[in-house]
Amino acid sequence: MVPTTYNLVPTAYYLILAAMLFSIGIAAFLIKRNVITIFISIELMLNAVNLTFVAFAHMWHQVSGQIFVFFVMVVAAAEAAVGLAIILSIFRTRETLNVDEIDLMKS
Amino acid sequence: MNLPASFIAPLPETVLIVTGVLVMLIEAVLKPATSRKPLGWLAIAGTTIAGLISAYQLRLGTLTAFSGSIQVDAFSIFFHLLIGAVVVATLLGSLDYFDGHASHAGEYFALVLFGASGMMLMTCSVDLLMVFIGLEISSISTYILAGFRKGEGTAVEASIKYFLLGSFATAFFLYGIALAYGATGSTGIAAIAAGLGASATPRMAFLALAMMLVGLGFKVSAAPFHLWTPDVYQGAPAPVVGLMSTAPKAAAFAVLLRITFCGFPLMQQRWSMLLWGLAALSMTIGNLGALKQTDVKRMLAYSSIAHAGYLLAAFTAFPQAGISAACFYTAAYAAMNVGAFAVVTQVGGYKETLRSFEDYQGLAMRRPVLAALLAFFLLSLIGIPFTGGFFGKFYVFAAVLQAGHVWLAVIGLINSGVACFYYLRLLSSIYTRPGETASATTPAPAPAISVPAGIGLTLTAAATLLLGILPGHVLHLANSASSSLRATYAIAAPSASPGNSPPSLPSSDNSR
Repeated sequence: MVPTTYNLVPTAYYLILAAMLFSIGIAAFLIKRNVITIFISIELMLNAVNLTFVAFAHMWHQVSGQIFVFFVMVVAAAEAAVGLAIILSIFRTRETLNVDEIDLMKS
Repeated sequence: MNLPASFIAPLPETVLIVTGVLVMLIEAVLKPATSRKPLGWLAIAGTTIAGLISAYQLRLGTLTAFSGSIQVDAFSIFFHLLIGAVVVATLLGSLDYFDGHASHAGEYFALVLFGASGMMLMTCSVDLLMVFIGLEISSISTYILAGFRKGEGTAVEASIKYFLLGSFATAFFLYGIALAYGATGSTGIAAIAAGLGASATPRMAFLALAMMLVGLGFKVSAAPFHLWTPDVYQGAPAPVVGLMSTAPKAAAFAVLLRITFCGFPLMQQRWSMLLWGLAALSMTIGNLGALKQTDVKRMLAYSSIAHAGYLLAAFTAFPQAGISAACFYTAAYAAMNVGAFAVVTQVGGYKETLRSFEDYQGLAMRRPVLAALLAFFLLSLIGIPFTGGFFGKFYVFAAVLQAGHVWLAVIGLINSGVACFYYLRLLSSIYTRPGETASATTPAPAPAISVPAGIGLTLTAAATLLLGILPGHVLHLANSASSSLRATYAIAAPSASPGNSPPSLPSSDNSR
């Protein structure tokens, strides 16, 4: 049942790299204060997921995992379009991109 | 007429999308000064047709389409009808909302339709790829809708917060899918269930489930992941909040039910423990947070967190009772919450100048009908008998007790008591005569409720009342939804663990 890999680099290495990238994305999302940097860190997380999918697709010898990556890329592009539009409109109304200053609603 | 299932199964979604595209096309040729109301009526008509098609699909039995990634059964149809009803009620309530304020109201109707199609797609997909696409269609539409009052600082802020945290959650959900794919070699929910039994890496599978729970927890605003909720609900337009606090949540709960009960039935003991914690935390944090709020929309935001907690409690029950209780609760919650936000829409208007508890003081004298309706919805949110909220809570906690989770039921009932306090605080301020300071600045006589908004309010109030006095019909639908979901589970489970027939649940589940 366990598929064999015909590669010098084991699948686990890719998975560990992806997990590291994902963690870096989470950390950057939580630490960074600029909206655009935060947005980039989300993209990093999504691409870590893509790497995971490709690694698993290789492991299972299936194409479906790679197809999933295409869908993720398309959706990420759509999300980027909307996200950048929202970022633009926040810059227009507030003239700042620092999340600490975007705080009109504090209870 | 012999139409292929790939055409009939996603027909409601298709109708919604076609109507949405039509709305956008017509909007493009309208003069800026023209009223956008006809577009709203077109959207309502499209949604109604989609709902009727869904209701008709109930007779066709289970339909599968797109190489088994979409499955239309009683479960998905229940949620289709629910989402359709919520969208119609929201659209009716917001037909006049944008008049004279926004020339881009046509986009609003189109986005609501697109969002609804995504939510419907979520409820009927049995492949995680489709779930993901539906989730994103609905999320991206609601990100834009949240910031629809473009000029308002708070609205844009709500939009960006919703967008950033929503995408963050999506990344978790996706990572969960990737790990599930790695553990079982498939993204189909039934195939995952089958693969779990043979999986060499059950730990990774559980991590996958946990990641997906984090992602969906954000979407339903369950407790540790609820931080965006108050801000987004406060800044977003009131009709949009009415929509996004119910329809996408219903869809996310449907996905959660499918993933947990159909995809990971073998790990029920473990995930029901996780959800036990999430439910208890959501109820407590939601209700305690609502206590100190002075803004009505913020208060309702915390109350929606608490209600997500009550709903999550249903997941810890036995499948048949738990799923049908969760379905019923979603319907009851949708009716009363959409109603409450429709009243908030009418009271606040586009600028939302009246928003705090003080502004609501003496509402009963100024606008008696609206005040009475709001009072009714608040009583339903508390869970007073003869309202939908009562039976919703009753079925959930009955199911929870049946499964032996006494402590969760106790926590839930204590929380219901706490919830009384802040709902009644708003209620009493509605029916208090404003003091001298307030009466000095009494605003001009309020505009009358328009006909469509009146229809919308009547519909939600009637639904809340009906669920409270004659819950039989909806309960029957919820039960058949639950059975059809369990039928999928029955197909999935034996191949995963022969000898463990679905009706005999792991009995160790209730040894808490």
